[in-house]
Amino acid sequence: MTEKPKVGVYICHCGINISSTVDVDAVAEFAKKLPNVEVARTYSYMCSDPGQVLIKKDIEEQGLNRIVVASCSPRMHEPTFRKAISEAGVNPYFLEMANIREQCSWVHEEMEEGTAKAEKLVGASVAKVRLLEALETKEVDAEPAALVIGAGIAGIQSALDIADAGFKVYLVEKTPSVGGRMAQLDKTFPTLDCSACILTPKMVDAASHPNIELLSYSEVEEVTGFVGNFDVKVRKKARYVDFNKCTGCGDCAKECRVKDRFPNEFDQGLGKRSAIYLPFPQAVPAKYTIDAENCLFLSKGKCGKNPKCQEVCGAEAIDFEQKDEFVEFKVGAIIVATGFDPFDASRKPEYGYDDYPNVITGMEMERLVSASGPTEGKIKIFNGEEEIEPKEVALIKCVGSRDESVGNEYCSRVCCMYVAKQAHLIRDKLPDANIRIYYMDVRAFGKGFEEFYDRVRRENVRYIRGNPSEIFKRGNKLVVKVEDTLTSRPLEDEVDLVVLGVGLEPRADMREVMDLLRLSQSPDRFFLEAHPKLRPVDTATDGVFLAGCAQGPKDIPDTVAQAKGAAASAMIPLARGKVTINAQVAIVNEATCRGCGFCVNICPYTAIELVTVNRFGNEVEVARVNEALCKGCGSCSAACLSDSIQPKSFRDSQILPQIAALGVMK
Amino acid sequence: MSANFEPNVVAFLCNWCSYAGADLAGTSRVNYPSNIQIIRVMCSGRVNPLYVMNALQQGADGVLVSGCHPGDCHYMEGNYYARRRLGMLKDLMEFVGVDPKRFHMSWVSASEGHKWKEVVEKTVEDAKEAGPFEGFRRRKIEW
Repeated sequence: MTEKPKVGVYICHCGINISSTVDVDAVAEFAKKLPNVEVARTYSYMCSDPGQVLIKKDIEEQGLNRIVVASCSPRMHEPTFRKAISEAGVNPYFLEMANIREQCSWVHEEMEEGTAKAEKLVGASVAKVRLLEALETKEVDAEPAALVIGAGIAGIQSALDIADAGFKVYLVEKTPSVGGRMAQLDKTFPTLDCSACILTPKMVDAASHPNIELLSYSEVEEVTGFVGNFDVKVRKKARYVDFNKCTGCGDCAKECRVKDRFPNEFDQGLGKRSAIYLPFPQAVPAKYTIDAENCLFLSKGKCGKNPKCQEVCGAEAIDFEQKDEFVEFKVGAIIVATGFDPFDASRKPEYGYDDYPNVITGMEMERLVSASGPTEGKIKIFNGEEEIEPKEVALIKCVGSRDESVGNEYCSRVCCMYVAKQAHLIRDKLPDANIRIYYMDVRAFGKGFEEFYDRVRRENVRYIRGNPSEIFKRGNKLVVKVEDTLTSRPLEDEVDLVVLGVGLEPRADMREVMDLLRLSQSPDRFFLEAHPKLRPVDTATDGVFLAGCAQGPKDIPDTVAQAKGAAASAMIPLARGKVTINAQVAIVNEATCRGCGFCVNICPYTAIELVTVNRFGNEVEVARVNEALCKGCGSCSAACLSDSIQPKSFRDSQILPQIAALGVMK
Repeated sequence: MSANFEPNVVAFLCNWCSYAGADLAGTSRVNYPSNIQIIRVMCSGRVNPLYVMNALQQGADGVLVSGCHPGDCHYMEGNYYARRRLGMLKDLMEFVGVDPKRFHMSWVSASEGHKWKEVVEKTVEDAKEAGPFEGFRRRKIEW
């Protein structure tokens, strides 16, 4: 180290967030006595402009070259202070933060213990900051393309925005058609727009946009690399139908030997489909897909003499030899728009969803009232004797939401309104029916929601406050057992049809995406955003963004808004064309490296290789780090037998004094 | 061991899961013993087993290493390495006569603020039970 460290310590009050449990002045006095500390100050809000100016001024006037900020978590403001000190001419990596808020003042109650701990943490930071090294940030080119995973409304919107801005987008959808959950809905609250009518144009746009490469019936297999330079591998699952030849005429499905045998996923199993199918009439792309599990020829090896679909297909598109294909490409940013799963009503067995066919879920109701649904929009049920139009209809809210017994403490945010909307739609179709809604609370918080709720109530829909305890059968009727909590009266309400207002849950297969992109979950199990308020579309993995219900329950406007936000964020590296790479990478001391290669084997990013160098006339092998690939995790360092490989800013020589400072000073 | 002995515990937390989990504990204002001091590392795989011994040598009575849940490592495999290395260290500690209660490993994700509290309480309680650590000759490092 050429220059003598001159450390400035800055202790933040954070209003009273820190100073109510930590005697900041005492910490400052303590810090002043630490070796190499020239200045120690406190300020009410260190992150504020005057706070930063305070630091900069000291740097200029007192020639400080190392800064310790004792305030909130470095996960919060490290970038802020790095920027501030570099503006004053100090290398941004000559900064160490002592976390005396999240990990001290907020978790301890006594002033004495809070102060003592803050002193230790500041001591440890001072110990480390003196030994930090100056690092250079480097930039590499970013690939001007994006990957969007999931082609529901969130994915479609993100893809369209990025594509419209002139960047290439790979839109990957797991199922045979884009559209997602929104395509299944009948009308949307509170405006009663027809869901399909507003969605299908966007679906078509996404498929036909010159900048969008739509990979339907495909799954992302592998993602490597980092922001700006992700390498993506996608599996295009075999449709057994030649994508280019299929005209979407549908003759095959009509002739399929197992025609209309299998529950149609799109209709929530209420309708049936053949083994070769188009998920729904407006599906995009309008190409048929063979469900290999159910196709006689593919599952049993035999389908009559010849598979019927093959016989009737005029375009000769059926291809049983088709295999999964892999495509590989590079992108600069990734948007995760994988959506949600509706709550599985079987997990509330007291509601008898598995036992009684006339207990249905909200999603099933959507298909039932939809003109394109299996009943062409007629609400007909079979009561055990005959097909009837239900006279008595009950809708139950908060099924699987705000319910600790099923592990979902959160509110699903859409059920209040979709249940109100369904009540309206039922009223529309069954003017004489008695409709009641069992609810815990009514949360009509969005634009036009309260007005819509009022309108539904005026349409003679009764709101009864109570959370049903049980649904059972009595004769042809279903009995909803509930206490009306406003009048404290127990009720046994006899109805024909029960609609369970099921909530939204994280997708059952979200694990795959988590593993792929190193994402985390928040306590509600949806994907975790980088910051709940200020970085709601970012994730902890740089260059990976979230859109739609994958991040948490949302209605369509919120989903679209977030999708546009994610698209805008994803476009930052694409538009800039460059990304800054992590400067805190590992470095090898080639003089001591013995070339054993342990680190080479350990590195998960294959960032280390052995190279031959000339050491005093001898050819020896030593490890060398590729800085563009290294992420700075430091696993290599813990394995090194001679301490030769060290991650910058987290060297042994920087961490050991930190340990010493925490231990000795008790 | 005196009944009001307060142990000194050093914790090594990975930046992505456990450190964030400890931050969340703060944001959620859960309370836990102040005996624990956290050192941030990028990955639990960074934690050289010698750090644990070094901490005990430098005056810690207990040490905790916490990372992402197995399978969730931000760096894909770092926590597996940590589990191997530190599991071995724990056996070795026992062998050389250090109460294994002094050393804990845990997996705390970024959303597990409450789990973090439990882990801290358990670690501190165990270190308290194990008493002041006098196993190694301590040398005070002038730094």
